Amino acid sequence: MRKVLLPTIIIIGTILLVLRLFYLQIIDDTFKLKSENNAIKIQYDYPERGYIYDRHGKLLVANQPSYDIMVIPREIKKDIDIDEFCHLLHITRKDYDRILEKAITFSPRLPSVFLPQLNKAEYAAFQEKIRKFPGFYIQKRSLRDYQVKFGANIFGFITQASEKTILKNPYYKSGDLLGKQGVEESYENILRGVKGVKYIQKDKFNREIGSYKNGMYDTIAVQGEDINLTIDATLQEYGEQLMINKRGGIVALEPKTGEILALVTAPSYDPAILVGRQRSRNYTALYNDSIAKPLYDRGLLAEYPPGSPFKILTALIGLQEGVIDEQSSFVCHHGFSYARGRFMRCHCHGGAQQLHRGIYESCNTYFASTYMKTINKYVRPADGVDVWSRHLRSFGLGEFMGYDLPTGRRGKAPTSKTYKRIYPNGGWRSTAIVSNAIGQGEVLMTPIQLANMMAAVANRGYYYTPHIIKKIEGQKIDKKFTTKHMTTVDRKYFEPVVAGLFDVYNLGTAHALRVEGIDICGKTGTAENYAKINGKRVKLQDHSIFVAFAPKDNPKIALAVFVENGYWGARWAGPIASLMIEKYLRGKISRVDLEKRMLEGSLQSEYDKYTGKKETDTLLLKPTAPKVIDSSEIEN
Amino acid sequence: MKNQSVTNNLDWMSVIIYGLVVVMGWLNIYSSSLSTVENSVVFDLGTFYGRQLMFILFTIPLIFMTLAVDGKFYEKFSVILYGVALLALAGLFVFGKTVKGQANWYSFGGFGIQPAEFAKAATALALAKYLSDVQVNLKDTHRQMQALGIIFLPMLLIAPHDPGSALIYTIFMVVLYREGLPPWYLWTGFIAAALFMLALIFEPWVVILIGLAGIAFMYMKTRLVDRNLIASGIVLVLISGFVFSVDYVFDNVFKQHHRDRFNILLGKEVDMRGIGYNTNQSEIAIGSGGWFGKGFLEGTQTKGGFVPEQHTDYIFTTVGEEWGFLGSLVVIALFLGLIFRIIYLAERQKTKFSRVYGYCVASILFMHFFVNIAMVVGIFPTIGVPLPFFSYGGSGLWGFTILLFIFLKMDANKVNEW
Repeated sequence: MRKVLLPTIIIIGTILLVLRLFYLQIIDDTFKLKSENNAIKIQYDYPERGYIYDRHGKLLVANQPSYDIMVIPREIKKDIDIDEFCHLLHITRKDYDRILEKAITFSPRLPSVFLPQLNKAEYAAFQEKIRKFPGFYIQKRSLRDYQVKFGANIFGFITQASEKTILKNPYYKSGDLLGKQGVEESYENILRGVKGVKYIQKDKFNREIGSYKNGMYDTIAVQGEDINLTIDATLQEYGEQLMINKRGGIVALEPKTGEILALVTAPSYDPAILVGRQRSRNYTALYNDSIAKPLYDRGLLAEYPPGSPFKILTALIGLQEGVIDEQSSFVCHHGFSYARGRFMRCHCHGGAQQLHRGIYESCNTYFASTYMKTINKYVRPADGVDVWSRHLRSFGLGEFMGYDLPTGRRGKAPTSKTYKRIYPNGGWRSTAIVSNAIGQGEVLMTPIQLANMMAAVANRGYYYTPHIIKKIEGQKIDKKFTTKHMTTVDRKYFEPVVAGLFDVYNLGTAHALRVEGIDICGKTGTAENYAKINGKRVKLQDHSIFVAFAPKDNPKIALAVFVENGYWGARWAGPIASLMIEKYLRGKISRVDLEKRMLEGSLQSEYDKYTGKKETDTLLLKPTAPKVIDSSEIEN
Repeated sequence: MKNQSVTNNLDWMSVIIYGLVVVMGWLNIYSSSLSTVENSVVFDLGTFYGRQLMFILFTIPLIFMTLAVDGKFYEKFSVILYGVALLALAGLFVFGKTVKGQANWYSFGGFGIQPAEFAKAATALALAKYLSDVQVNLKDTHRQMQALGIIFLPMLLIAPHDPGSALIYTIFMVVLYREGLPPWYLWTGFIAAALFMLALIFEPWVVILIGLAGIAFMYMKTRLVDRNLIASGIVLVLISGFVFSVDYVFDNVFKQHHRDRFNILLGKEVDMRGIGYNTNQSEIAIGSGGWFGKGFLEGTQTKGGFVPEQHTDYIFTTVGEEWGFLGSLVVIALFLGLIFRIIYLAERQKTKFSRVYGYCVASILFMHFFVNIAMVVGIFPTIGVPLPFFSYGGSGLWGFTILLFIFLKMDANKVNEW
């Protein structure tokens, strides 16, 4: 049997080799990646980002060249003069060590950004000495150059792709820039273009020995496309000025098309501060401001109880459901007693209220009665709520609506399920949810939803999905923005409601805000809100709300204005809305005193009252819908 | 009497496999040393592939000479050839030319010759001659020592310059076993090698505990009457002494680059740009091949010259990268085919001399094949051993060619044996 030993050794040895080969070549694919990393150098050619224009073709956002210092750690020579290097770039030795360590952690072989976004002077100084610092090189990119000081929330900003993004989307490599928030994010693929790639074969000394496979895989950069926004730059700028020292949002739409004319959030910031070397510090400052939240687009994200403007929907749904007509009347005793011990106060002039006066005097009793009749039309209140909720959804409530901006909130259009959660044992009736009638209760709306509701009213029964894109060079805009959405309320029921809204200005809560020669239809609103301060539920100053469209016939603009803690509707939101309308339709302002008061007015003292200034961190200023109905105190 | 011509009795199967391996080897040398910058002719003595082509062409007259020599010549002159080989190896200490830290070359004009590559054939002949003597019985301790001496003499002469080639000689132990060497030699060698590796990985006392457990197991298994406590104790002392001396030898006798090679294998060394570079790069190159490889002349690692010594000891990385797992299997299959063919031929030899020689040839080829590829794929320490017929180098190619064709001549000549 001595013959068998050698063949056995041979076979065992060979099996070992084959298994090892199988592991290396088939199972473990880290080697494959490593091979591509060290033999091929990839060079990118970044195209310029597309420009952004407003609806009239005014240039809002352009580009400027920027220079990043890149580093390939393993190519750094040991004997470079680090002090001189730091001095040139105005960084400390500590920074140098920290950044380099980070780069090495990422990869010693691959380039990472050492210092982003140098300005021209820094670039020139460094460029002269760059040959002294092997391992570092300069990558040219284009940065945003903002032509205006407003619209930060609309544009968004440009930032380096995060590691998460790089993992998720193979297009982005470390150090690549991409748009975040605003149109920079939603139209990223169009604005950014496609970067060009050059593969270069290298040898072990890292010398480039020519193009890889004769450039078979190389691609040419594709320029980013320019886009036109639906924004009216003048109106946007004016809106932002009006909102200085206030918090809240303005959303203005063109009812006939759904185009967003202005999208204001306050407080905001100059978009230019998020460009260049200071970007990261400024961004951190904005990000950490948890009280004023300048990065939080209130026009899209803030879910407020809509307050009185919601009465428009209550009326429309009541008419559509046939529970009221124009002549139905309810007697108001300066309040509405809907259950034992439950009383909803009302500030109207009292007496028998019909639809028309109910709207312009904003009578709580009238709308509470209408709402209860709507719900009670069905045997089970749950069915009534669901019918009502379906009507709300046809106006865009309780959904994201599908506009072309990357952030948004659904708001809330409660259904029977909502109340099943609140009252798990059932037994609830229309009286339990009656505060919905006046836009308190469980209903929540974002300003853009309010504006969209007004657009639907202005159009007497339809709306287009709000959108911010007007034109993309060489492309059509998304078809969903040109599709008409019909509401579930018939056209004929809108006229009496519109007539009531018109008289809000003539006879009602906004009569002081009339603009000579412009027929405005509007509705004031005041919403209660509460916040938890140090664990206690505290009632804060009411929000000031105003919704409007104009002119009454053939409307050109519909808008919603929301001013946080602005006392009541006609105090801040109403005047701002009327100024916006005048500015947009006329181009100039006739009521200079009012304009001055609004521009200079400040609610800062009001905000400071709640934040206590010093213990700012303990407060979460999140508007919450009141659940205690009998304390509802609704003005206007 | 049958036809006595060599061509009719030559084992053509071996010759064809030999030819295939040589051609594949050249293609891979061509790929690994082809410069991307210039487009030069194939027969260019300034390049590795050009010179290798010349070496290959020169094997043709070499083969004819080897086959033309009288069949009895090798047996008769084996002792003389062995003596010449020993002298040549010894002469390296005086006249050797140092190339890459190894003084194992004789320089003749522009070309160098490595005597170690030819000494293997001479040692095989001498061993075959010694064992074929009717008086030699390997059960005899005296004979065992003589046989081992034949192996260890050239091995000791080579070891200082070229530990890789010296390692190859250990495979002769298997040949001796085939011819009657008691198995405990192999066991001792195997256990010593295992203990050596264990001692490097674990603390000494762990290894001694393992040894103790092994001895206890053996002790319990043997019949009661045969139990020998003293012998077991001696074995334990030997094991302990060996384990501690391994640490001592490793730390004090080995040179740093030897230590490093073991450390890489054991995963202790992480500096992939320093000493770990070779193994890491060769694993990357092979690993990047996948199932089918990147195609001839398409290997990015090969083109980039990342693998050191790729045309010589690391030539298999080119196979792995450009021909993939399947291509590697083909090369392995060819080697396996050749080695088993030789074993088959050896076993049917009529004389003990040619049988032992054939066995030696198969063993040497396998040892080279295994150690080389194992090193390249990272399961064996980095040690300079060429892949037979494949790696770049005239001495290696000619040495293996002579080694193989001497046996094929013997095989073809067997009809003349009675």
